[in-house]
Amino acid sequence: MTDRPERIDDDVIVCRCEDVTLGDIRRLIANGYHTIDEIKRISRAGMGQCQGRTCRHLIARELATALGVSVEEVEMPTFRPPTRPVLLSTIARGEGDE
Amino acid sequence: MSKKSADIVVIGGGVVGCATAFELARLGCKDIVLVERNTIASGSTGRCGAGVRQQFGTELNCVLARESVRIFEQMDEYLDYKPGVEFRQSGYLMLAYSDSQWEQFRRNVKLERSLDIDVEMLTPEGAREIVPFLNLEGMVGATFCQTDGHANPFHTAFAYAQAAKRLGAEVLTHTSVVDIEVENNRIKAVVTDKGRIETSAVVNCAGAYSAKIAAMAGIDLPVWGERHQILITEPVEAMMGPMVISFHHDFYCQQTPHGSFIMGIGMPGEPKSFNIHSSVDFLEGMAKTVMKILPPLGNLRVVRQWAGLYDRSPDAQPILGECPPVERFYNANGFSGHGFMVAPIVGRAMAELIMLGKPSVDISKLDAGRFERGELVLEPAVVG
Repeated sequence: MTDRPERIDDDVIVCRCEDVTLGDIRRLIANGYHTIDEIKRISRAGMGQCQGRTCRHLIARELATALGVSVEEVEMPTFRPPTRPVLLSTIARGEGDE
Repeated sequence: MSKKSADIVVIGGGVVGCATAFELARLGCKDIVLVERNTIASGSTGRCGAGVRQQFGTELNCVLARESVRIFEQMDEYLDYKPGVEFRQSGYLMLAYSDSQWEQFRRNVKLERSLDIDVEMLTPEGAREIVPFLNLEGMVGATFCQTDGHANPFHTAFAYAQAAKRLGAEVLTHTSVVDIEVENNRIKAVVTDKGRIETSAVVNCAGAYSAKIAAMAGIDLPVWGERHQILITEPVEAMMGPMVISFHHDFYCQQTPHGSFIMGIGMPGEPKSFNIHSSVDFLEGMAKTVMKILPPLGNLRVVRQWAGLYDRSPDAQPILGECPPVERFYNANGFSGHGFMVAPIVGRAMAELIMLGKPSVDISKLDAGRFERGELVLEPAVVG
């Protein structure tokens, strides 16, 4: 934490799956999108292959800074199944009991 | 909370509520408050399948959808929305699997054509010219309407909400309605968890929760929640244009502009509930169904599944209009799975009804009183 730079550049990629930059996130927050869910819905950050494993924490930190709250106070979006991407053909072969 | 009073309070920040608030403001109502308990498009709007179709079996639905398509076609300019609502007219391909269903489609197409909606009737081979990897087994025929399509529900709702705000409407998110004060059948106020808003008019756009809102005003509204589920795959290159629908399989599937495939099936025996948890059963049923109809999609990976609520009404049709005996209590709910696609014209019609006394599209048959009168408007063409 002590070595954290004052302000990370706007062009840093926050969501690698959907190619969303920190600048994009900052603009959305400035425009009144104040939850991770809203930011996800408008920018697709968190909707890609990894389902927000990296970006949701970065966005939470950015929101916390902008809104003057702690990261713990930023509401996390629902984690949606499946945990990892699964082939439809693999699912179709399943027999129902887990 | 800033406002203590309003001319009109719109309850619900889904696409219907946002469109209604915008159209009210456009017709000159300057004092509107929209109340949303979560965030814009956090309920059924943000969970829907995003399709926009005009192929229906009743004149009313065809007209509502056709007029909405006309608004969707101009929406980015109409609402001055820079990101765009991503409306694409890549068509709806509707598959028939029995002679009786094909007969119904024939009647639908006749009706649609009489209403200026251009729909083609195709042989199974003709359908395969549009979707080359379609499995034709058991298929009798298909109908195709090129001007059907899909739009981004998040952007559409945000676009309406922002445009409404620019015209002076106040949008209160994270605000729950807890009571509606009514005296002698007149609305006095809407009470929220953040304060009381004096008003004489309410538009109930609360989706599956509309019956709860109506009950606060002493109204018994036959609308309930019914879970429906969807999944989405990883994005791949564009390979399928239209939304593919089969009522026989209770199935729909569409490739989004982003490249991912979004798909859903109806699950039999889904009870009335507010349950929005996704299930493993759905995942399995969905995978089997899609591989039957569109076999190559088995090679795609599911990245996410979710659930949302249909706001069901007894005849699977919206409930629109004033709701006697309470004066100026208006409903715009009960859409039963086709609310997003008709929201643009519903918002406009509600605003015209409230501000001008008469909407440009006749919605009088869709009032809440039709259930008591026994005048149900049965739609033969819905999924689930």
